[in-house]
Amino acid sequence: MINKTVKNAQEAVQDVFSNAVLMFGGFGLSGIPENSIQALLAMNINGLTCISNNAGVDDFGIGLMLQKRMVKKMISSYVGENAEFERQLLSGELEVELIPQGTLAERVRAGGAGIPAFFTPAGVGTEVAEGKELREFDDKLYLLERWLKADFAFVKAWKGDTAGNLIYKGTARNFNPMMAAAGKITIAEVEELVPAGELDPNQIHTPGIYVQRIFQGKNYEKRIEQRTVRK
Amino acid sequence: MLTKDQIAQRIAKEVKDGQYINLGIGIPTLVANYIPDDLDVILQSENGLLGIGPFPTEDQVDPDLINAGKQTITMTKGSALFSSAESFAMIRGGHVQLTILGAMEVSENGDIANWKIPGKMVKGMGGAMDLVASAERIIVAMQHCSKNGQSKLLKSCTLPITGIRCVDMIVSDMAVLEVLPEGGFKLLERAPGISVEEIKSKTEGKLIIEGEIPEMNFAN
Repeated sequence: MINKTVKNAQEAVQDVFSNAVLMFGGFGLSGIPENSIQALLAMNINGLTCISNNAGVDDFGIGLMLQKRMVKKMISSYVGENAEFERQLLSGELEVELIPQGTLAERVRAGGAGIPAFFTPAGVGTEVAEGKELREFDDKLYLLERWLKADFAFVKAWKGDTAGNLIYKGTARNFNPMMAAAGKITIAEVEELVPAGELDPNQIHTPGIYVQRIFQGKNYEKRIEQRTVRK
Repeated sequence: MLTKDQIAQRIAKEVKDGQYINLGIGIPTLVANYIPDDLDVILQSENGLLGIGPFPTEDQVDPDLINAGKQTITMTKGSALFSSAESFAMIRGGHVQLTILGAMEVSENGDIANWKIPGKMVKGMGGAMDLVASAERIIVAMQHCSKNGQSKLLKSCTLPITGIRCVDMIVSDMAVLEVLPEGGFKLLERAPGISVEEIKSKTEGKLIIEGEIPEMNFAN
């Protein structure tokens, strides 16, 4: 069995280069590759294009990469939780492509699945449709949207094995499976890394073929944005 | 004027047994508190869950289990978890029957604006554009007027729109209105203590009034 294990986050991300296109799994701060982001922060790179549903918060997640001015462009669907992001965007320092969440998910899925483009109804008649081909199918208008791919995709799973197979937990799955498939080099960090053969093949969410490097993450903070409890 | 909770309570009366429903952030999230116990509905969270349960108790809090508003949640019995691509496949595929979301403006032909104020607010559209483009029925929870009294129910939206010709019903703090397929806001109910004249003066778009307009009834 091919062993995809690397020692740690530093080793996993060492060849990420300036101006690369990166994907990050996660929704809000749930299911984000915390260890890989920390390792990227220690590198002297910039001009990055980051594809991620959100942009973290000011002091956590991708927000930290924005603070360090490592990011040239963000491709996201919702960035409401990040004041520094909003500042850089309104001042023109940061390029931003905001796209509907389902379109983002499907563009990434298409990238991993070898589908160069597809039609979706989301955004018809809005500024998202500007410059895009419109076509009518069965009396309804649809927009042509293209695939998204990345030089590196960073994903976070609950469990993984040395062959790169991944299992996610709860709603921390979100964008991780599609991004795993859409990266030229996909780097997976997991809370629990086990030898190949120990995970039930029936339960695998991301087959190891999509993962080039895997490591056991550590010190997960798993920060909660809106801690809401019932009395 | 209705409170946010009263708007949610009134919208809950539109929910039908057996529906799969997506609730947006803000007032729509509150609707869950008012769905009668004898209705079996399944709430969809676009970050990958069918079967949103109540907020957790302190010891149930799990950072790996949140709703689209990033609030911690629990799962109901019979829940299913999935990826964002699967989530929006079920939304675009028309499997989610009812979408309830907030709006900054709605036009008389059913256009909705709720994602951007140019030069001021750039939070992004999240899943709203996908939801409004595909849901079978869309109910909007909103304030009837801005803070300085300007109508938000307009002839045409002034803000960048989220979707065209998609809103079916509006529950505002002043009224319940149906958006007619041929255009126009048809007044169905008034908030307690609000007159038809007041609603007329606060609605810029075409308002259709037929016969007596009853006050909202909050009894189930």
